[in-house]
Amino acid sequence: MTQTHVSTTINGDKVEYLCETDETLLDVLRDTLSLTGSKEGCGSGDCGACSVMLDGRLVCACLVLGVEAQDRKIETIEGMASGDELHPLQQKFLEHAALQCGICTPGFLVAAKALLDENPDPTETEVRYWLAGNLCRCTGYDKIIRAVMDAATEMRGQA
Amino acid sequence: MRFEAPTSLNAAIELLENEAGVVRILAGGTDVLVQLRSGQVEPDLIVDIKRIEAMQTITEEDGGFRIGAAVCGAELGGHAGVCKLWPGVVEAVELIGSTQVQGRATMVGNLCNASPAADSVPAMVAAGATARVTGPEGSRDIPVEKIATGPGQTSLGRAELVESVYLPARGVHSSDAYLRFIPRTEMDIAVVGAGISIEMDGNGICTHARVALGAVGPRVMLVEDAATALIGTSIDEAALEALAQAASSAATPIDDKRGTVDFRIKVAGVLARRAAIIAVQRSRVD
Ligand SMILES: Cc1cc2nc3c(=O)[nH]c(=O)nc-3n(C[C@H](O)[C@H](O)[C@H](O)COP(=O)(O)OP(=O)(O)OC[C@H]3O[C@@H](n4cnc5c(N)ncnc54)[C@H](O)[C@@H]3O)c2cc1C
Ligand code: FES
Ligand code: FES
Repeated sequence: MTQTHVSTTINGDKVEYLCETDETLLDVLRDTLSLTGSKEGCGSGDCGACSVMLDGRLVCACLVLGVEAQDRKIETIEGMASGDELHPLQQKFLEHAALQCGICTPGFLVAAKALLDENPDPTETEVRYWLAGNLCRCTGYDKIIRAVMDAATEMRGQA
Repeated sequence: MRFEAPTSLNAAIELLENEAGVVRILAGGTDVLVQLRSGQVEPDLIVDIKRIEAMQTITEEDGGFRIGAAVCGAELGGHAGVCKLWPGVVEAVELIGSTQVQGRATMVGNLCNASPAADSVPAMVAAGATARVTGPEGSRDIPVEKIATGPGQTSLGRAELVESVYLPARGVHSSDAYLRFIPRTEMDIAVVGAGISIEMDGNGICTHARVALGAVGPRVMLVEDAATALIGTSIDEAALEALAQAASSAATPIDDKRGTVDFRIKVAGVLARRAAIIAVQRSRVD
């Protein structure tokens, strides 16, 4: 099979790669570009562990083909912290112990950031519905929701 | 597998026409990628329609809206005009999957995937929506209920695609609603779905109605008897009872792990009744 050459932007950097047409964006990120922060939980859009931003919209990288990324803008978990400084959501996940095995965490963080960028003051119900496509088998969700609510408060400068 | 992302409709049709093997059109890919991965389809060519400008747009047309085939759920849900005119269609589209799925999934993909349980389809059928089907011979507008012919099967020709869906204009005292039953609160496949659109006159009498059911037959069905039960009434208790009965009688579901035949028949009536009540309330808020 011939490979396709793709140029795109990931976390603000111009990136070029070769991929097979049946490879997903998640395959490319993890296997070709070694950006292994995005996880594969299901490969079928159900778990949200592969959440990334594509042209400003939250999507599952396992439901996007690598070739579709041509000239798009992708943001992954690797772009979330600024240098050594964690994003408030990352910090709050640590403080609230909102993770155990951590497989779901990058997806939750990317999805929660997408919510807070759009709606800085969500209700708990809004947070729960927004994150309904992110599955966690360890925490029971409560700590995750509390971490997101707390990060929202801090980010609004009311902490 | 070849991948093409044409930037014009003509180029897309030409690609479809010239491929002798298996072709898949790619909109949001939330069905296509799952099918690729499971080996359910092995296409020779994938035609991505998302780079065709006209398919990415929602345009006002004769008091209604034309929705391009590549418009995703999140974008439709953010369009104030469509939300106001066809709230039932928007709520049905927004039920499709998670936030992540909404960032990709299209209403037209939902229609063309031809699942009997597709959430947006009963709402579109109730709305009297038409699909613009375009191929080498040109375009034709057909009612959306004529697209699916059975589970996973459509009436589209080999080199045809759906270019857009048109949601028509409607009178002042009118509205619509969609309800589905699932065992959870989010992220599941409809056990039954019911879409209803109504129009009332100035005296509160129903002058026009359309009722459609999903997941209770091999394809989404328009239930004319259910609409007849509402027309000419004030949608009072007696009319709602007749509506529920007509909906239940029309249902021809199967037994599966999600629900039994008896349960689905009963729920078809219950959901039709509840959706009608919501549509009536919304028609007053105008
Ligand atoms: C996690 C998850 C949850 C889901 N939940 C729901 C749900 O709650 N309710 C529901 O109804 N569905 C659900 N789905 C299924 C799917 O998301 C929807 O059917 C969606 O609307 C498909 O749209 P798409 O743009 O992604 O279609 P695609 O996957 O791109 O295409 C679907 C089919 O339609 C064909 N097609 C697409 N566009 C055209 C066109 N313009 N002309 C002709 N053919 C075309 C494709 O070739 C393919 O066969 C879910 C899927 C996932 C992964
Ligand atoms: S790996 Fe993509 S949603 Fe589970
Ligand atoms: S922490 Fe283990 S899946 Fe969420």
